[in-house]
Amino acid sequence: MTGTSARGTASGDSDHTRHLLHQMLRVRRLEEQCVELYSAAKIRGFLHVYIGEEAVAAGVMATLGPDDAVVATYREHGHALLRGVPAGAILAEMYGYVEGCCRGRGGSMHLFDAATRFYGGNAIVAGGLPLAVGLALADKMSGRSRVTACFFGEGAVAEGEFHESLNLAALWQLPVLFCCENNLYAMGTALARSESQTDIALKAAGYEIASWSADGMDVLAVEETARRAVDAVRAGGGPHFLELRTYRFRAHSMFDPERYRDKAEVSRWMERDPIDKLRNALEAAGQLTDKDWKSIQQDVEAEVKAAVEFAEAGTLEPVEDLTRFVYSERGPQ
Amino acid sequence: MKTTYREAMRAAIRDALQRDDRVFLMGEDVGAYGGCFAVSLGLFEEFGPERIRDTPLSESGFVGAGIGAALGGMRPIVEIMTVNFSLLALDQLVNNAATLLHMSGGQFNVPLVIRMTTGAGRQLGAQHSHSLEGWYAHIPGLRILTPATLEDARGMLWTALEDPDPVLIFEHGTLYNVAGELADDAGPVDISTAAVRRPGKDISIITYGGTLPAVLDAATRLAGDGIDAEVLDLRVLRPLDDAAILGSVAKTHRAVVVDEGWRSGSISAELSARITENAFFDLDAPVGRVCSAEVPLPYAKHLELAALPTAERIVAAAREAVGARG
Repeated sequence: MTGTSARGTASGDSDHTRHLLHQMLRVRRLEEQCVELYSAAKIRGFLHVYIGEEAVAAGVMATLGPDDAVVATYREHGHALLRGVPAGAILAEMYGYVEGCCRGRGGSMHLFDAATRFYGGNAIVAGGLPLAVGLALADKMSGRSRVTACFFGEGAVAEGEFHESLNLAALWQLPVLFCCENNLYAMGTALARSESQTDIALKAAGYEIASWSADGMDVLAVEETARRAVDAVRAGGGPHFLELRTYRFRAHSMFDPERYRDKAEVSRWMERDPIDKLRNALEAAGQLTDKDWKSIQQDVEAEVKAAVEFAEAGTLEPVEDLTRFVYSERGPQ
Repeated sequence: MKTTYREAMRAAIRDALQRDDRVFLMGEDVGAYGGCFAVSLGLFEEFGPERIRDTPLSESGFVGAGIGAALGGMRPIVEIMTVNFSLLALDQLVNNAATLLHMSGGQFNVPLVIRMTTGAGRQLGAQHSHSLEGWYAHIPGLRILTPATLEDARGMLWTALEDPDPVLIFEHGTLYNVAGELADDAGPVDISTAAVRRPGKDISIITYGGTLPAVLDAATRLAGDGIDAEVLDLRVLRPLDDAAILGSVAKTHRAVVVDEGWRSGSISAELSARITENAFFDLDAPVGRVCSAEVPLPYAKHLELAALPTAERIVAAAREAVGARG
């Protein structure tokens, strides 16, 4: 089955809707801060920001429980943050400090956190999909009703691992939620220049997987669609697939001169900014006052400021520990 | 009891499935077919399709699923039919299995065991005959095992499953039919040390896996010439047992490495370098090497044999080393 969700609206639980707005703003501000820190050479490596796509992570994460698992890509700061990894631990990781969520061994593209079952942070396109299938297999074999949510970009659709993973998940009816963040560009390769079939939900449906697409610039639409899917997965309905149609406002990475798309296109999408969109809808519905919005902004500013302070105060792991964690400290029995 | 390498391996898998509910076997044709090499024959009937799990032909998918299942608390044994096919899963093996513990700062173990066949000698042509375990031994984060004896075929698997890190077990295709006596109470063995298979004082012949029988044959022939060769079976290609390697060379002062991989950039190159770096002044002759010819393995029997380390070539290399004057 494929379909498109009903368009989200700012009705319903206004506390929850304001919470979603808050979550998106947390991601936005943390990443704007990352860009600044990158420009100031405080953080290095490759940095891929999610600005413009916040509705996807915020909408899906809102539907997951603490026992569920999340697998993400190299554009995963927002997923980590909304999964519950502290902003300070994320930033300290990018500083390369031992206080980072991976002791500074992973960096921006490889965030992991056992406490929140956040399994990366995978910098190989489509490399996380088989892992998600395996996590779901473990749950199914153990009789646990947990869900594994796997985020990946539409570029992953061209990789063999995408097809192998969808096939396995459907064949074995595993509890995986595949979340394709279709931002239309795989680095600089437009979807239409890389795929014979550009309707990704349709492609997934070919594996006998229930597949829906949703407006990835509308957090309520994302959440509503994801909730239906997560409920179905948790109820034993096998894998489900979401194509979330979104757009990144920034370049692929800090090194990308962005020659593959014109500014007018970017501007058109920026008019659909998911944060502005929700804020405007809430204000129009009388569910967000100026005071509410200021309070959200102040919370976010305080969180990001504290995160920067935490990271700035970080320390370097002793070089003597370089070869720790290549093998477990508890070797074979 | 009388058994074969294949049966010893099967007994090890059965034992693991009985000991721990988290263990399951997954791979192409492991179930209904009985295993491409008949290693898992009968286990499907005994343990059912959940635990003897047939997979589609999608190495990257099911190896990655094995990694994910290990992360999720299971103890998967993943069978890849041959080392050549494992190349389709290199991304998962190298970028995920080997790196997740380190990249996550010690948070995520991958307690996964992967078994696959390796090696030539059965006229299967280039795409089913290569010995690439040396490549995998290049990769930090993996443990590489090469059982060459019935004891190791029976005993390495359980210890590997107890290892919190990913372990790759390479089973040479010509060993499956090797028959012999195995103690009734044979069980888990260590997966950290090399083993002296024949003690000697004149030269160390260092090998592993499928070439051990040819090396033992060569040692017998050398004994007929009055050359007393020590045969060291590495058993583990990563991490290497330096103490055993250097200890043997310190005793015999000469070494020949026998490796079915290609010479260039091989595990034998690593061994030669380690011996030279660490035991140079113990040596009475250059470290010799007997490897496969630098060709894709051919089908025709005479060409395949000409490409492989044989007892004759091992004997010749050992004689040359012993004849050399230090």
